[in-house]
Amino acid sequence: MSLRSKDLTGIKDLSAEEIGLILETAAGFKDVLGRDIKKVPALRGRTTVNLFYEPSTRTRTSFEVAAKRLSTDVINIAISTSSVVKGETLLDTAKTVLALGADIIVIRHNCSGTPHFLAKNINASVVNAGDGTNEHPTQALLDLFTINERKGRIKDLDIAIVGDILHSRVAKSDIYALTKLGAKIRLIGPPALVPDCLKDLGVKVYTDINAGLDGADVIMMLRIQLERQGKGYFPSTHEYFRNWGLTAARVARAKEDAIIMHPGPMNRGIEIASEVADSSRSVILDQVTNGIAVRMAVLYLVSGVQG
Amino acid sequence: MSKELLDKTDIDRIITRMAHEIIERNRGISSLCLVGIQRGGVHIARRISSKLKEIEGREMPVGTLDIALYRDDINVRKEQPVVRRTQVPCEMNGIIVVLVDDVLFTGRSIRAAMDAIMDLGRPSAIQLAVLVDRGHRELPIKADFVGKNIPTSMDETVTVQLTEDGTKDSVELE
Repeated sequence: MSLRSKDLTGIKDLSAEEIGLILETAAGFKDVLGRDIKKVPALRGRTTVNLFYEPSTRTRTSFEVAAKRLSTDVINIAISTSSVVKGETLLDTAKTVLALGADIIVIRHNCSGTPHFLAKNINASVVNAGDGTNEHPTQALLDLFTINERKGRIKDLDIAIVGDILHSRVAKSDIYALTKLGAKIRLIGPPALVPDCLKDLGVKVYTDINAGLDGADVIMMLRIQLERQGKGYFPSTHEYFRNWGLTAARVARAKEDAIIMHPGPMNRGIEIASEVADSSRSVILDQVTNGIAVRMAVLYLVSGVQG
Repeated sequence: MSKELLDKTDIDRIITRMAHEIIERNRGISSLCLVGIQRGGVHIARRISSKLKEIEGREMPVGTLDIALYRDDINVRKEQPVVRRTQVPCEMNGIIVVLVDDVLFTGRSIRAAMDAIMDLGRPSAIQLAVLVDRGHRELPIKADFVGKNIPTSMDETVTVQLTEDGTKDSVELE
């Protein structure tokens, strides 16, 4: 079996089987990461370009490590220092990158749909590293990999996603992926950030975190983007923590073996208490390591599909 | 038309002999590690291991080796080869690794497997055990322990079926 598309633009376009294939392949790559020589020659001679129109350290670094572990050459293009500031269009930038010999373009952009546009217009593989408020597919895949590693399955698990669902591309990708694999999802947050219409995605919506966490198997926290403060979504960060912050007392409402996840970077004391983030139930650092394995799997699989 | 060359009893006898040869050659099994190539080789390795236990009375752990990421045709194939698990039960340093596969053909899988093992450590030696050697080598590679030499032409297919994956134990030529 292989992927149907040369690109990974979003989870929405993947079948449950394709998600399964990526997760199984990632398990093989996780073995590689545990060795003394953490590198395989699989994509020797290929070139990966990281094209990041938004600041990012962890996702870009994770993609860079993944590409290097597969033996591809990696070129990072940070837009603030590129000719984009001189007025070059996205497509011209991409075509220039292709002319330099890129086989895979990893793109992050603040406009939703940018990876889809690029995928249609160039022959290289395009991997979405986050587009606007649309999707962040590799984050969802690494979340699934981590849950499966801890719980042995995804199907029928009760998964609570807490925070700013409305603006979160991570939440969107997670919801698509988890529903495709048969998990039951509850969304929790302030009414303005978790609108009722999200129920159409086949999930339950809670504004009371205590009720929402009852008996959950997995608690996925989202980062509260501080730039949303003072826009009327929630009164203050202090009040946010009081009403929706993950504290030890609230974790106690979930199942005894529930795990706690966060895509990072964390705002300690705003969406998550330090004692919870550092507790033995937290799998936040596992997520970082698994992110490399999952991104290796994605780069490996998309590069096997002809453009 | 396919022709059955080996049946269950034949395969069992062959594995018994190969186990004895491995013990004789290495004067016991104390510094050995069996590593099967995914997937057919893993089953053969497990069978050799249980035979070694019958003879020597010692548990012999079996490693699994996936060679997908070391193949030399990765840029030529239409589809990416499936990546499976690589798990070895012991450090690959200073021990004798007996690499096990079901069919030895061009030798390219074995080249990839040796590269994969070298990335895991530095064994004192690598030996090769195969159930069937069908000839047509494209690389200078020779097996140390051969179950059965089967002369073939290039357009024939050798199919090793084992109960672990299929319905019966057999080696067929078609």
